[in-house]
Amino acid sequence: MLGFAVRRLALALAVALAVSAASFVLLRLSGDVAAAIAGEGARAEDIAFVRKAYGLDRPLIVQYAEWLGNTLRGDLGTSLYFKTDVSALVADKLPVTLILGLSSVLFALAVSLPLGILAAIFPNTWIDRLCLALAVLGQALPNFFFALCLILLFSISLRWLPVSGTGTWLHFVMPTIALGYYVAPAFMRLIRAGMIETLAADYVRTARASGLSPASVVFKHALRNALIPVVALAAVQLGFLLGGSIVIETIFALDGLGYLAYQSITYKDFPTTQAVVLLLSVVYIFLTFTADIVNAWLDPRLRVA
Amino acid sequence: MDAALPTHAAMLRGRIFGHVGLMTGIAILVVAFACAIFAPLLAPHDPYFQDLAARLVPPVWQPRGTWLHPLGTDNLGRDYLSRTIYGARVSLLIGFSVMLVSGLIGTTMGLAAGYFGGRTDMAVSFIVTARLAMPVVLVALAVVALVGGSLVVVIAVLGLLKWDRFAVVMRAATQQARAQDYVAAAKATGASTLRVLLGEVLPNILPQLVVVATLEMASAILLEAALSFLGLGVQPPLPSWGLMISEAKAYMFFSFWMIAIPGTALGLLVLAINLVGDGIRDVAAPEGRA
Repeated sequence: MLGFAVRRLALALAVALAVSAASFVLLRLSGDVAAAIAGEGARAEDIAFVRKAYGLDRPLIVQYAEWLGNTLRGDLGTSLYFKTDVSALVADKLPVTLILGLSSVLFALAVSLPLGILAAIFPNTWIDRLCLALAVLGQALPNFFFALCLILLFSISLRWLPVSGTGTWLHFVMPTIALGYYVAPAFMRLIRAGMIETLAADYVRTARASGLSPASVVFKHALRNALIPVVALAAVQLGFLLGGSIVIETIFALDGLGYLAYQSITYKDFPTTQAVVLLLSVVYIFLTFTADIVNAWLDPRLRVA
Repeated sequence: MDAALPTHAAMLRGRIFGHVGLMTGIAILVVAFACAIFAPLLAPHDPYFQDLAARLVPPVWQPRGTWLHPLGTDNLGRDYLSRTIYGARVSLLIGFSVMLVSGLIGTTMGLAAGYFGGRTDMAVSFIVTARLAMPVVLVALAVVALVGGSLVVVIAVLGLLKWDRFAVVMRAATQQARAQDYVAAAKATGASTLRVLLGEVLPNILPQLVVVATLEMASAILLEAALSFLGLGVQPPLPSWGLMISEAKAYMFFSFWMIAIPGTALGLLVLAINLVGDGIRDVAAPEGRA
């Protein structure tokens, strides 16, 4: 188990290094940092001066090494737009996005668990078909359009929730729904398939034959085992949601990493964009690493590779 | 031969035509394709023509609506029906092009990893893991914004970023196909590696490839719409459904139809593509029906 964990950790670190290099090069090749620092309407010689002064004329690999060194020391540079320390800026916004990501996964589970269990208990009936139809419809609904519909319903018509902002937990309700519903279908399909499999397993038949109540069989015996793959999926989906929160956070002006990323992209604020991309990648790598370890701990057969 | 037994082809036909989801998906797709191809014939007006005297005309079912503009006009007086019809072009073009680019990259990687195994497999798996760790929406937004949003840039960026699912699925499918007798037989007859891969392996994993291709096409269409909605994808005045929703956002409180029409079109197209993908999976492997 320890050997497996060490190998996985080494792989995670290698992936983090590769992703940081790839995103650094990608962003640098897409735009001119010197022009962004010099600002709008700068003359060519101003940009050339900035390029020299900031060392942006050196080879990309040298600049990457310098950026990586600074990053490892916790120095993410200074924001070109907000004019503050990027590390502090990012640390300030991270909790909002983490809360949003976690609550969205929980919302998705709260929707998909009952539907997935119902569909598995009554396979190939109208209940099952209704659940599958909901999943197919959910996957086709564009999340930004759904978010606007939520605003119209809950903020404008019913006046229950604030349109945008970050102040209270009420500000998180609509973003959570708009972000979470999109991953619910994947959870539902997995829970349904897992439940159908475990409900047909020998130990469940034994439990039934020994006269346990149906509820006890479903929830205590079948569900527990059907949930193992869901844990892994939840970790991966949380990573996706954090990366995808940029659209939803921007619509609701929820002041997290996604909104920060949107602002930094529109203002060509390279250090901030770079930092958010790196941070979200690292969080994703950490989540999948943890899921691998938890799964290997739950199921020793996975401890190869 | 017992004449009462249905042939394989007849059974396949039965499965295809008996599949409600697949048929619904195909029907919607046919309409969408017709809109995209025959847009100049179907659209009642020029989608770019601004009639500033007829701005924000509501659709025909509302009190001030007129048959001249069945779905109304936008804030610049452009005919909404015409823009919606032309929007199918943008979405389908993006979906297909991104699917082709990412499909080519991902399938090549997956085939190589699954067939050769060993170091090739390790290298491809590492690249896929690294790609999955990148926040794709964020990176795509940043690159498109920095390079400058246009149809070609959006297609290139999404195509170069979204090959991961192709690689993962094709790798697993190739690993399974590699162990089959027909691959060993082709090798024994002296066929070259490329011939075995393209002539034997690829045709046998085609159903899986088609399913991933539909999923990726739908996802590319949604991503383009989201990018354009944020103002960082294709640029106005192109009639992209995402862009139309973005432009109508300021009017949605009084004119819900302005976001509802492109939103519904987008949802229906994605729904149809997903239905076709699910349908092909069911028809190709009825025993594995989920």
